[in-house]
Amino acid sequence: MKPQSPQSTNVSILRLVLQKLSLALLLLLAFGLILLGKTDTIFLPKLRALMVDATAPVLEFIAPPAKNVAGVFENVRDLAELREKNDRLVAENTRLMRWRAAALDLEVENQRLKGLLHFVPPPEARFISAKVIADTGGSFARSLIVLAGKKDGVRKGQSVVASEGLVGTVVDVGERASRVILLTDINSNIPVLVEINPNSPVLPETSRVKAILSGDNSNMPQLIFLHEPVTIRPGDRLVTSGDARVFEQGIPVGVVASVNEQTGIRVDLYVEQGRIDIVRIVDFGQTGILPDEDHD
Amino acid sequence: MAQKGTRSSFGSDRPGLWVRLDDFLRALAPAGITLVLILISLTPSRLPFFVHVAPMLSLISVFFWAVTRPGSIGYGTAFLLGAAEDALTGAPLGSTSLVFLLMLMLVNSQARFFMARTFFPTWWVFSVVAVTAAVMKWGLVSLHNMHVMDLRAIAFCSLITIAIYPLFAWALGWVNVLIYRSPE
Repeated sequence: MKPQSPQSTNVSILRLVLQKLSLALLLLLAFGLILLGKTDTIFLPKLRALMVDATAPVLEFIAPPAKNVAGVFENVRDLAELREKNDRLVAENTRLMRWRAAALDLEVENQRLKGLLHFVPPPEARFISAKVIADTGGSFARSLIVLAGKKDGVRKGQSVVASEGLVGTVVDVGERASRVILLTDINSNIPVLVEINPNSPVLPETSRVKAILSGDNSNMPQLIFLHEPVTIRPGDRLVTSGDARVFEQGIPVGVVASVNEQTGIRVDLYVEQGRIDIVRIVDFGQTGILPDEDHD
Repeated sequence: MAQKGTRSSFGSDRPGLWVRLDDFLRALAPAGITLVLILISLTPSRLPFFVHVAPMLSLISVFFWAVTRPGSIGYGTAFLLGAAEDALTGAPLGSTSLVFLLMLMLVNSQARFFMARTFFPTWWVFSVVAVTAAVMKWGLVSLHNMHVMDLRAIAFCSLITIAIYPLFAWALGWVNVLIYRSPE
């Protein structure tokens, strides 16, 4: 075997030292980024938005085939549940027809009362419909990437809804795509109103209580910071409160699923993650408590 | 294992432009495939459970290439891949980079162990790596948000990642042979 020259040995040592040094620097940089993520509200969101924008065409391209594959599994599941689903839908339809009649009565009454009070209606909301091209489901973060960005009028902080109710909030806005943080994400905290079930024997006079719905990356976010000491029961309905000027009041959110001393009050959301194809980004003209650095 | 060819063009010692471009693209392949897997893991799958406990496909890819072709994914590349995943998923930026760097450091330090390249010991080591990586990321995300996350989701995520490793290792192994086979 040919012995190594002292020069090549030196080069190898130098390369090894440089490699170790670069590793140490990169580890420090990674730590630094994690720390910076807690405080920086300008550079890192822009970096994320840039990344979302750059990958949007690829995600848009690969999303339909993935949906088709998943659709096959869904069809098989639907076929297996067809009879049961039909019975459930017939019963639900009967119940909804009764609710429709009640809603029409209430609408007429509401209009009459508004007329009597000379009520000034809030400005009409503007909707931007967007296709979901990525669902970053997982244990560490819960968000969606939608195909609408700055050029379509999307702004940071706007609320995102589906037909069933609230989905989340826009957090990163690129030119043609945006990232939406879901209500289940650990960083999601939204002000809500809990509509206490009128059948509750405990406090029949209290109809609505303010609270915060806090995500923890589990499927059911937790209800915290109840403003009044009331008894919350499974089945109580949640809507957005409109506080902190983040969301418009009254967007359906979910129902209380369980009340437990250890796990707290858990909420079953109306919108099921993983089944969202199209969302509507709503501009209520609310600015939110955090200013959007890109605004104007 | 097939090795990358060192070809010369028209008798010259220096390889030609196309050969160099070919070698460059081959060298980029492990990082490119990992990036594709990151994007695939983001597609709306609608599969039951997959939405809530998605497997760590990028971890499988980085581990596979680090073991199969040491040096094919350098520390800088691993850092960038991790940062890209964090930027797209919304996880704390730098957390996946840190996990990838520490994993590469571990695999590189045990390079001799992986020389034999028998599947089951490698899978066993990957299982330990996957659980460690998931717990580490759980710790980082929990610390970052000052909120202890549910450990069960992390356990499921690790188990699914470990369970699908053989399938992806087989597919990546096939890609490895396809990309790096010696030209005749």
